[in-house]
Amino acid sequence: MTMPFYVSPEQVMQDKAEYARKGIGRGKSSVTLEYDSGLALMAENPSSLSKIGEIYDRIAFAGVGKFSEFDQLRKLGVRYADTRGYAYSRDDVRAKALANAYSQAMGEVFTRELKPLEVEVIVAEVGDDTLAGHEANAIYRVQFDGSISDHEGFCVIGGAAEELGSLLRSEFRSGLPLRDALRLGHRALQRAADREPNVTPDNLEVCLLERNRSGRKFRRLSTDTLRELLGP
Amino acid sequence: MPISFGGRYQGSSFTELLASDHGGLLPDWARLTQAGLHPERIPHGTTVLAFKFSEGVIVAGDRLATEGHRVASRDIEKVLATDDYSLVAIAGAAGPAIEMARLMRIELEHYEKIEGEPLELDGKANRLSQMIRANLPAAMQGMVVVPLFAGYDRRRRQGRLWKFDVTGGRYEETDYEATGSGGLFARESLKKSHDPAASREAGLRSAIQALADAADEDRATGGVDLERGIFPIVDFCTAGGIQRAPDAEIERIYREILGTRRRPSANGVRR
Repeated sequence: MTMPFYVSPEQVMQDKAEYARKGIGRGKSSVTLEYDSGLALMAENPSSLSKIGEIYDRIAFAGVGKFSEFDQLRKLGVRYADTRGYAYSRDDVRAKALANAYSQAMGEVFTRELKPLEVEVIVAEVGDDTLAGHEANAIYRVQFDGSISDHEGFCVIGGAAEELGSLLRSEFRSGLPLRDALRLGHRALQRAADREPNVTPDNLEVCLLERNRSGRKFRRLSTDTLRELLGP
Repeated sequence: MPISFGGRYQGSSFTELLASDHGGLLPDWARLTQAGLHPERIPHGTTVLAFKFSEGVIVAGDRLATEGHRVASRDIEKVLATDDYSLVAIAGAAGPAIEMARLMRIELEHYEKIEGEPLELDGKANRLSQMIRANLPAAMQGMVVVPLFAGYDRRRRQGRLWKFDVTGGRYEETDYEATGSGGLFARESLKKSHDPAASREAGLRSAIQALADAADEDRATGGVDLERGIFPIVDFCTAGGIQRAPDAEIERIYREILGTRRRPSANGVRR
């Protein structure tokens, strides 16, 4: 009888984590930041396949890493939110519960499957001033192993998250007007691509959750609008 | 292995998602009628209409719902936006009809979010006809839902409208259509007043006139309730989206119409 080859659980987890980090590191980063009347989700994205998507009235999604994997997560989120909103009410669909569901599902894959997910996602929720107790924004980050964290003001995911995070920590102010917030986000993404800094409105994907819009608050900015907002 | 929250469904339809993974949430009206619920015991919507005008389509409905011979509600809304460029107007069993309109709205939003692009107007009409067909077992037992569907087709740059039958049969109308208990009278009225090149004002007048005519002849249609200040709903659906006609404008036009219909008085004494 042959004995199965023993590998310690620590080793297995470490290998998986390293594999996932490598996969995520190869991709581009994505930034979500607050501005005076909403949240802006930004990603460097030269393709027409979206990295940012609408989940529900006040909730948006951003993913980095392997497209097929985070897009599956995005669709799961839409299914989760629409079902919940239909079963209860539109105001009962909250980012925290969705981020938790992501965390469970991603953690499950990380421990059970041979290949971990090579993705990181952000679930962002803009506050609503007309609903008492729901006025605050919320930003959650869920990593490949299911670890979840909440962030105030801004959050970065992707290979250069650490570096971009430190730039934003020193330059981010709360209550920035939209234009300034987008410029800051642009500068951060520019830094992530520092080997060849060429993040322009043409390869930038930007979506907003606008606090003062009624109903579905998600809006995708066109290249022309972006060009105008980011200026020369 | 697909990542999952416990569900199996992978497509882009919300109703199919419910049927596949959340069966208990999908309304089953046929079961209620089988259980002995008499359709006359639930509220019914009465008259709705839709027609084309110069900028797109106008969709309108009165506000009354009846339970048999009784008033169930005086201010029900039967014209419901399904997204920014389409509307359903419901007549028949109000509960199932409103739920169908709500499901339809979520269905369209769900598809748009999953696929990243909205359905074409034809696709939306087709989806609604499938939902009506799914309701056929209930309809056969009296729980009939026959909506109108109308919208602005942004590809063809024009307003379009459809009527349906209980089997889900879908018929695109070229000019106008009305349905519900007073639908026949509203249609007769529209036949005379309808003008595809009408302005907003003229279109609004046609809509109110048709609803007033239906209310005149059909006791179950509400028309304009001046005493309570409850006005019909008239929505314009155009390239700019959906706009609702203000009550004040409806009241002004209705009073003008009333003025032309009032009997002349003899010696200052109204007979």
